Amino acid sequence: MAEMTLIDAIRQAMDEELARDKRVFIVGEDVGPRGGVFRATMGLHAKYGGDRIVDSPLAELSIIAIGIGAALDGLHPICEIQFADFIHPAFNQIVNEAAKLYYRSGGTWNVPMTIRAPYGGGISGGLYHSQSLEALFAHVPGLKIVIPSNPHDAKGLLKSAIREPNPVLFFEPKKGYRLIKGDVPDGEYTVPIGPAQVTREGTDLSVFAYGMMHWYCLQAADEVAQEGISVEVVDLRTILPVDTKTILESVKKTSKALIVHEDTLTMGYGAEVAAVIAGEAFEYLDGPVVRLGGPDVPAVPFSHSLQDWFMPNPKKIADAIRKLARY
Amino acid sequence: MATQVVMPQLGESVVEGKVSRWLKKEGDAVKQYEPILEVETDKVTTEVTAAAGGSLLKILVAEGLVVKAGTPLAVIGEAGEAVPAGAGLVPAQTGHAVAAPQMEAVGVGPGGTSGARISPVVAKIAAEHDIDVSQIRGTGEGGRVTKKDILAYVETKSHRKEELPPWEQPGTGDLFKPTEEVGAPVPVAPIAPASRPTLHALPSTALPGDELMPLSSIRRSIAEHMVKSKTVSPHVTTIFEVDMSRVFAHREANKAAFERDGARLTFTPYFVAASVAALKAYPQVNSSFTDEGLLIHKHINVGVAVSLGDEGLIVPIVKGAEGLSLLGLARAVNDLAERARKKELKPDDVVGSTFTITNHGISGSLFATPIINQPNVGILGVGAIQKRAVVINDAIAIRPMVYIGLTFDHRVLDGASGDWFVAKIKETLENW
Repeated sequence: MAEMTLIDAIRQAMDEELARDKRVFIVGEDVGPRGGVFRATMGLHAKYGGDRIVDSPLAELSIIAIGIGAALDGLHPICEIQFADFIHPAFNQIVNEAAKLYYRSGGTWNVPMTIRAPYGGGISGGLYHSQSLEALFAHVPGLKIVIPSNPHDAKGLLKSAIREPNPVLFFEPKKGYRLIKGDVPDGEYTVPIGPAQVTREGTDLSVFAYGMMHWYCLQAADEVAQEGISVEVVDLRTILPVDTKTILESVKKTSKALIVHEDTLTMGYGAEVAAVIAGEAFEYLDGPVVRLGGPDVPAVPFSHSLQDWFMPNPKKIADAIRKLARY
Repeated sequence: MATQVVMPQLGESVVEGKVSRWLKKEGDAVKQYEPILEVETDKVTTEVTAAAGGSLLKILVAEGLVVKAGTPLAVIGEAGEAVPAGAGLVPAQTGHAVAAPQMEAVGVGPGGTSGARISPVVAKIAAEHDIDVSQIRGTGEGGRVTKKDILAYVETKSHRKEELPPWEQPGTGDLFKPTEEVGAPVPVAPIAPASRPTLHALPSTALPGDELMPLSSIRRSIAEHMVKSKTVSPHVTTIFEVDMSRVFAHREANKAAFERDGARLTFTPYFVAASVAALKAYPQVNSSFTDEGLLIHKHINVGVAVSLGDEGLIVPIVKGAEGLSLLGLARAVNDLAERARKKELKPDDVVGSTFTITNHGISGSLFATPIINQPNVGILGVGAIQKRAVVINDAIAIRPMVYIGLTFDHRVLDGASGDWFVAKIKETLENW
């Protein structure tokens, strides 16, 4: 057992999978000798060589297209999109090709591709380096979407993603790359894609979150615990498919639900979780299902004060928890 | 230094009040003048504010109890300060409990008062354990019964049902007797009989699947007043037809000017003004019947019925109407109607009428025979104003016409004197 950062755990997962399976390779901008802008692939080029750690042109469409082609030819690509913000040129490849191939070919062709993309704000990255895009893709059947919130899960989930026979979008909370540390077991393990996890038990209300916001929710839960509010925190981990079972079990227990995400509120992922709760746990509710998300503005602002205004944080989350607990 | 909060005298003639809802809990911080509880008469609800800032140390009177004005309700002081000796809880016998608040009963339809919001999980638990949620004290926002509250209730009490369901408990219409009835300086003959008419218990005619809709306190109060009034005085109604042309013309000519003065000019002030003129001419209509004689009122206080939709109806009063111009009447009527709909009337606004007007024409009615608002002698019903073909000097003309009906106490007025009174109203309106 070793304590490591989120980014170290991600690198370790790729390292182990590259060593385990010769079909695995990495393609992306600056992933080679430079080790990626966030150093996620640091040292891997030296270890596995340029044939398996491939620097790509600055063309996201081609990164994903290379991944799809290679996957159809039997390889297991890990495509790195430097910032999730840059994924849009590849939207057609992901949505129209990768997500649909298995279905379209009647199960003959599958795309065992992993797309890694750092997402999220709070890093003063401005408009093009702060976006959260999970909701855009969560509407696409045929994709799996994973967002880890801690090193243990990041490593275990990434290994599962790489081994998945179908495309997985793996969004990484980049603000947490070095901020979030945690114990990672020695040796081989995986975390299955699908199940959410109750990361803190409580009785008064349930908070659902993922990625960076999950980290903040734990802090907010600590804060309000001193006031006697018992919060259950659920780390959704896999955004698609939705783990309705864990969500509903928690709501049936606490009868109140708050969903937190950094992405803008309207049509955000929280709407789906709220709909699941309203539809299937109505008789257990003791309060409105509440969402806390970023304001509906086109992007996370660059200005520090405006970025703070945009970003949910432990204090805003704690306030929302207090309000719902009071109801 | 602890400060007492006492039940205010809510109006000149109001001697007691019901603590309907505590807005603060014991231990809550309160600011000076911050509302801390709601007090209710059978007609209005009002807030009582903190006399001093500090912490709400102790609540002395539970929700639902009726106590006399001046009774200490709560103690405010420094947080942690001891509650002064003698500030005891008001036992249930001193205050009399009123019928469980029907408005807060389970499932009284959508859009009930905020206190009636019941979440799905609370409804589910209540159904499973056969619990009347209105029996539970809510700790949620706005006094809402939370899941925790109902679970605690299930645990602590083996939920015994009240012996008498609310609809079988006697009504409490004397909650807010006017002082003239309580202190009886002027005995108002058979108006307050010892055996008040009680409403029937669950009808034996209930058919399978029928649903009993509990009475709101306003509905119960209306029911009692209606039955009482019909018992007290013999009602007779006389109906006149009035040509409203001149009033129409006047209103058209003056609407904008009134608007500038901040008053919306409707037809109601004209009817109030015409009634005032007639009441001045026939003071015996502006009176109350007593065994000792006709109590002629000095001032003319005109009650104007305001419909609150499904909830019922309330009659706020234009006090001292004899001293108001048309503009003053328009302002007073606007103000009372608006506050009635917002439920912001003060107890004094609804007590002390000497004559009443009901504008049943609003809902399309042409003429009606309204019931007297006791202890008045008369009530004027105003029908819908419609253009009709009328014969004037053997020519047919189209005129805005209205039927006005006076229901009067036949002990006080005979047919002819009742007609003279209405004729005076007609004359005033037609010669505006």
